[in-house]
Amino acid sequence: MAQAIKRARREASRKPGKRRLSANAFLVLILGLPVFAGVAGVILPAFGYLPALGGLHLKLAHLTELAQQPHILRSALTGFFAGLITTFAALAIVGGFVAGFAGTSVFTRIQHLVSPLLAVPHAAAAFALAFLVAPSGFLMRLISPELTGFTRPPDWLVPNDPYALSMIAGLVTKEVPFLFLVTLAALPQLAVSRAGQLTAALGYGRISGFAVSLWPALYRQIRLPVFAVLVYSVSVVDVAMILGPQLPPTLPVRIAQWAAYHDPDQRFLASAGALLQLAVVLAAMAVWIALERLGKIALARLTHSGRRLARDGAVRVASALAMTACAAVIFVGLGLLAIWSVAGLWPFPDALPGQLTPETWLRTLPRLWAPLGTTIALALSAASLALLSTILLLYRNGTAGGDRTPGHYRLLYLPLLVPEISFVFGLQILIVSAGFTPAFPSVFAIHFLFVLPYVLLSLSAPWRELDPRFETIAAGFGKSALEILLTVRLPLLFRACLTALAVGFSVSVSLYLPTLLIGGGRLTTITTEAVALASGGDRRVIGVYALLQAFLPFLAFLVASLGPQLLFRNRRAMRT
Amino acid sequence: MQEITGSISTKTRPLTLSDVTIRLGSRTLLAVSAKVMPGEVLTIMGPSGSGKSTLLAFAGGFLDRAFEVSGRLLIGTKDLTDTPANQRHAGILFQDPLLFPHLSVGGNVAFAIPPAVKGGKARRALAEAALKEVGLGGFFDRDPDTLSGGQKARVALQRVLVSAPEFLLLDEPFSKLDAPLRRQMRELVFSKAKAAGLPTILVTHDGADAQAAGGRVIEIGIEEKA
Repeated sequence: MAQAIKRARREASRKPGKRRLSANAFLVLILGLPVFAGVAGVILPAFGYLPALGGLHLKLAHLTELAQQPHILRSALTGFFAGLITTFAALAIVGGFVAGFAGTSVFTRIQHLVSPLLAVPHAAAAFALAFLVAPSGFLMRLISPELTGFTRPPDWLVPNDPYALSMIAGLVTKEVPFLFLVTLAALPQLAVSRAGQLTAALGYGRISGFAVSLWPALYRQIRLPVFAVLVYSVSVVDVAMILGPQLPPTLPVRIAQWAAYHDPDQRFLASAGALLQLAVVLAAMAVWIALERLGKIALARLTHSGRRLARDGAVRVASALAMTACAAVIFVGLGLLAIWSVAGLWPFPDALPGQLTPETWLRTLPRLWAPLGTTIALALSAASLALLSTILLLYRNGTAGGDRTPGHYRLLYLPLLVPEISFVFGLQILIVSAGFTPAFPSVFAIHFLFVLPYVLLSLSAPWRELDPRFETIAAGFGKSALEILLTVRLPLLFRACLTALAVGFSVSVSLYLPTLLIGGGRLTTITTEAVALASGGDRRVIGVYALLQAFLPFLAFLVASLGPQLLFRNRRAMRT
Repeated sequence: MQEITGSISTKTRPLTLSDVTIRLGSRTLLAVSAKVMPGEVLTIMGPSGSGKSTLLAFAGGFLDRAFEVSGRLLIGTKDLTDTPANQRHAGILFQDPLLFPHLSVGGNVAFAIPPAVKGGKARRALAEAALKEVGLGGFFDRDPDTLSGGQKARVALQRVLVSAPEFLLLDEPFSKLDAPLRRQMRELVFSKAKAAGLPTILVTHDGADAQAAGGRVIEIGIEEKA
């Protein structure tokens, strides 16, 4: 019956008739337009056309100039490979873990450990890793001088190693939680336990059984997020500035540096770079698609060979350890940030500082208020508007009676599938060309653009899962659609709305590049300040900023979980 | 006893299902033509998956657009077929009591009282009286989640009755209650519906429900595998 209804519904939806502005059309307007405008805003100046800056003729001079930049190929390739390796590693860890442990108690435990990592901003996580693995970092201090004999930090290029290994490690620790949560959302739609029992009965190991029976369906569902991870990792700027190679830096970092100059020539050069970055991302996507094909063939071979691969204990343990390691690195690293922010004298190789002092905090605090205020104002306003838009979007769509799944909001991923550095920089050029002074409203608009997809993804599942009979009953009482929304649906989804708000808040807090480029350096947030400190290397001050950056999202999620507890303290069913 | 929940809708009218046919794709789920008099219960019997609940969805105005319907629905002489759900005055009881978890027990009842009853005091008094009728006096401020299954079912019944419906739609409302409670609730629901003079459609797969309802029974969906 349910199947028949779905089929008939599909047919009914094909019938012509009165149509509202569909959700997708709305998304095209508010997400697609800026992205395409931004890309155009990069392509034209890359070929020399930008009347506002005196470029009136199409020419290749800027691309030639780009080609003549020292080590430009190396810069481009480092990001390219780092992104591919990051994506592959994160997917392998998450896939291996889900396949090896879905439905076990280990799974639940590690899920609780890894989930909070999603809220930690990339920059804070990168600093956490840096403080851990640097030659004068915590790990080295723990084993020095007893095991290493070092009484002063060795002269190693870590982080910022030329092969970008520390950058890859930093990216993997942050992308694993993201892919994991996306996978968690997809799992309920698969018959995990039944397939597991079936393949186990046939003698398959857990991982090979999962791969043969469930992986293709699962991968189809998480494919867009995987591509988002790839694009992000290939084009990342803030993590690359903190952990990535420096001589030369990766291409996105160099573009950001060129874009920061107010010299028009540098802007043309940056545009050419941003165009190259677009090509790099497309190339990475092409390679990934080729890898997907290979993976498919390999899986088909495995399936047809009938090999059971029952002894997969080592792989399972490795994947569980990798998941745990991501959490451990970030949590211990955040602890180190906290210690550094209150450390007095802390000579190498002491594992802990000799004395603690509030001196750094007291010294930094007067400079903190303005960026802190900006960060919170931006995050609150962008997340609130995104929540409001999300509610309107789901409301319009929901009343149409369709069975929309998040899969129908494919466009949501658009801003995540075009490299930030390319289209945001293009938007910056357009804003400057149009004669706008970069200020709060434009930065707010770009934050909204990045926040909306996450808020919509976060709220759409609980929205769909609410028992429709509550609203049917209310309609029977004569309540209007708006009354039902305000008095039934939204109160029942109060917790989910707060969570979506917290998700949006965290995304906004962690935005570095859009804030920097669109703000034109006039609007500083905790994040732009923290990343700017990376090159300076004052660990105590970095500790203060990065800790604060990580603390803000945490605070948002705390409010989201405590809010319902307080508001509905006399309503048991509303508190869980 | 019945004054409170019966007094709001004074004139009740018969409910007419005029040649109602509901189809899904090429399959005809049901075809019904019936006039349900005030205080009468029409029972639609059928196995699960037969589509009997679609008749209630049609009558309540919340039928999925996947279904094709022909025929008319009338209350008295007024055609409701194209009236939106929230202007039909259909009282609906589902298998679950579905008390709004964010409101108090009394808040649930007060929520359903028509806006014509003005003033917080009057509305609260009405809700309190409705609760008292079913032995739940003093429960106004309770959290619905702390009530027993039978208590919740009684609140759900009173909630729907204070909403001054013109007809009642019952979607297997007793199927999740255990046997003794089920008997009690049947008696309570049918006596209240009669007292209020409401035409009622009951959908069930339980023959005992149909017997207790004491009205006409239409059996549908004795068919091959769905």
